[in-house]
Amino acid sequence: MKQFLRNKSAVTGSIIVGILIITAIFADAIAPKDPYQMDIWESFRPPEGLRGEYILGTDDMGRDVLSRIIVGSRISLLVAIVATGVSLVFGVTLGAIAGYVGGITDAIIMRIMDLILAFPSILLAIAIVASLGPGVVNAMLAIAIVRIPAMVRVTRSMVLSLREEDFVAAAQALGLSHARILFRHILVNCYAPILVVATLNMGTAITVEATLSFLGLGAQPPIISWGRMLALGREAIRTAPHITLFPGLAIVFTTLGFNLLGDGLRDISDPQLRGR
Amino acid sequence: MIRYIVRRLVQMIPLLLGISILVFLLVHLSPGDPVRMLLGEEATEEDVERLNAIYGFDLPLHIQYFRWLSNALRGNLGVSIRQGISVTTLLSERLGATLELAVVSVLIAVALGIPLGIIAAVRRGSLVDYFSMILALVGVSTPGFWLGLMLLTHVALKVDFLPMFGRDGSIFGGLWILITQLRVDVLLEGLRHVLLPAVSIGTGMMAIITRLTRSSMLEVLGKDYIRTAKAKGLNNQVVVLKHALRNALLPVITIIGIQFGAMLGGAVVTETVFAWPGVGRLIVNAIRQRDFPIIQGGVLMMAVVFALVNLAVDISYALVNPRIRYD
Repeated sequence: MKQFLRNKSAVTGSIIVGILIITAIFADAIAPKDPYQMDIWESFRPPEGLRGEYILGTDDMGRDVLSRIIVGSRISLLVAIVATGVSLVFGVTLGAIAGYVGGITDAIIMRIMDLILAFPSILLAIAIVASLGPGVVNAMLAIAIVRIPAMVRVTRSMVLSLREEDFVAAAQALGLSHARILFRHILVNCYAPILVVATLNMGTAITVEATLSFLGLGAQPPIISWGRMLALGREAIRTAPHITLFPGLAIVFTTLGFNLLGDGLRDISDPQLRGR
Repeated sequence: MIRYIVRRLVQMIPLLLGISILVFLLVHLSPGDPVRMLLGEEATEEDVERLNAIYGFDLPLHIQYFRWLSNALRGNLGVSIRQGISVTTLLSERLGATLELAVVSVLIAVALGIPLGIIAAVRRGSLVDYFSMILALVGVSTPGFWLGLMLLTHVALKVDFLPMFGRDGSIFGGLWILITQLRVDVLLEGLRHVLLPAVSIGTGMMAIITRLTRSSMLEVLGKDYIRTAKAKGLNNQVVVLKHALRNALLPVITIIGIQFGAMLGGAVVTETVFAWPGVGRLIVNAIRQRDFPIIQGGVLMMAVVFALVNLAVDISYALVNPRIRYD
C-alpha cells in the first residue's frame, strides 16, 4: 500500500478511475439536465462555461452535452468491466492450462491465440460485431475475444516458470490434484502481472467500444455512448465542433487513467522497470 | 539463413489456412439469412432459393468453404452483392491507398518517436524527458479516429493547404515522377492529402516508439561497454548514436512490426473519417450494406497483408540478429 501511494502513476490513475466509477454510479444525480431531453430551439449551443445553462453546450437535438457525457460513462465502464472480466476468466483459465499441462494442449491453445493475433485487433472486433450484429453485448464479446491472447500469454509464461518451483513439487508430493495445485497454489502467485494486463485491457476496451460505437456497431440508440456521440457530432464538425471535442476528451481521460494505473501497478510489481 | 526463411514460410501455411477458416466462419455463422436480408421482406420463397443457389448457400458448409478457398487462391474473391463488381478488383484498387496511409503513418511515427526517445533518455529528468513521457501517455490513450476528427476541425478547416477529405494520386507515383521528370507537384499533392490521416493513425505508434526507445536507451546507456567507450574518451555523440542506439533499436524494430497491424486496424476507422479511398472504408461501407463478399474478402486481405508484414519483420530481424536463425 505504501508503495502504491508513493507511485505517482498509480495514484493519478486510480483518482481518474475513481472519478469514472463515481460518475457512472451517480450519473443521474450528477447530470445537470436530462440527457434525453430534446429542444430543437436550443440546438448547437456552444459551451457556456460553468456559469451558463449548458456548460459544454448542446448537440444537434438541443440535448445537454455534459449530461450526455456523464450518463455515457456508464456504457464505457460497463464495457470495460464486462469485456475485461470475460477475457480475464477465459484468458487466465486457458493460459494456466496451457502452461501447466503443456504438450499438445498447450500447442493447440497457443495456435488458436496466434490465429486471433493474426488479425489487426480492431479489424477483428469490427468483423465479429458485423457478423453477430451491432449492439453493446456483441461489442463486449468482440472486445473480450480480441483481448484474450494477451491474458493467455502472460498467465502461461507465469505458470511455466512457477511450475518448476519447489512448492509445486511439495504440493504434488502431498498428492494434491492438478486442478487444486494450479488454481490454488500457482495462480495465486501470478496475480500481479495478470492484474497489470487486466487494467491496461480496460483502457483498450474503452477505446475499442468507442470505435465500434462510432462506426454504428456498438451501443444503439437510445443508449448514450461516447463513441455514438462522436458519430453524431461528426455531422456538424463545421458548425459545432464542441460536440465532438468533449466526448473525445472523456475517452482520452478515462483511457489515460487506466493506462496510468496499469503502468503504476507494473512498476510496483516489477521494481526494475521503475521510471522507464 | 535460407533455411530460416523456408521454415518461416512453411509455418505460414497453417496460419493462413486458419485465417481463411476464421474469416469464412465469421461471415457464414452470422445469425440471419443474408439472402433474405438482401431481398427484403417481400421476396418469394423461389427468389430466395434461386439466389441461394447462385451463391451456393444451399451446399454444406465445408463444401462452400473449399469452393470459396479454391476460388480465393486463384484470386477470385467473389462478386460484390450491391455493386456487382469483382471483390478482387475493388480491393486491389484500394489496397495501395491503405498501404500508403499505413506506411506514411509508420514513417511519421518513427521519424518523430525515435529522436524524441533518444533525447528523453540522454537528458533523463529534463523538461524534454518530462514532455516526451506525457506525450507518450496521452498519445497511447487517444483514439486515432478522434484525433482525426480534431485535426479536421481545428487544422484542415483553418489551413487551406490541407484538404479535409479524400486522396489525390499516390505519393509513390509522385516520388517516381520526381525522380524521372524532376517534377515535385504530384508528390506534394499526394502528401497534402495523406498528412492529416497519417498523423491521426501514427500518433499512437509514435507514443509507443518514443517510450520504448527511451527505456531501451536507458537500459543500454547503463551497460559496461558504454562506460568503456566513454572512458576511452570517445565523443559523447558517437557513444550515444553509434554504440548505444544500435543496440537499443532492436526491440524498437520488433515493436514497429507488431504495430504495423495496429496501423492497418486504425486505418479502417480513420479512412472513414477522412473519406480515404482504402480497404478499411470499403469494409466499413460493406458492413453497413451487408455486402458480405466484400467483408469476407477485405478482412481476409488485411489479415494476409498483416501476416506478410510480420514475416518480413521476422526475416529482417533474423538478418540483424544471428542468434534467432539458430533458435
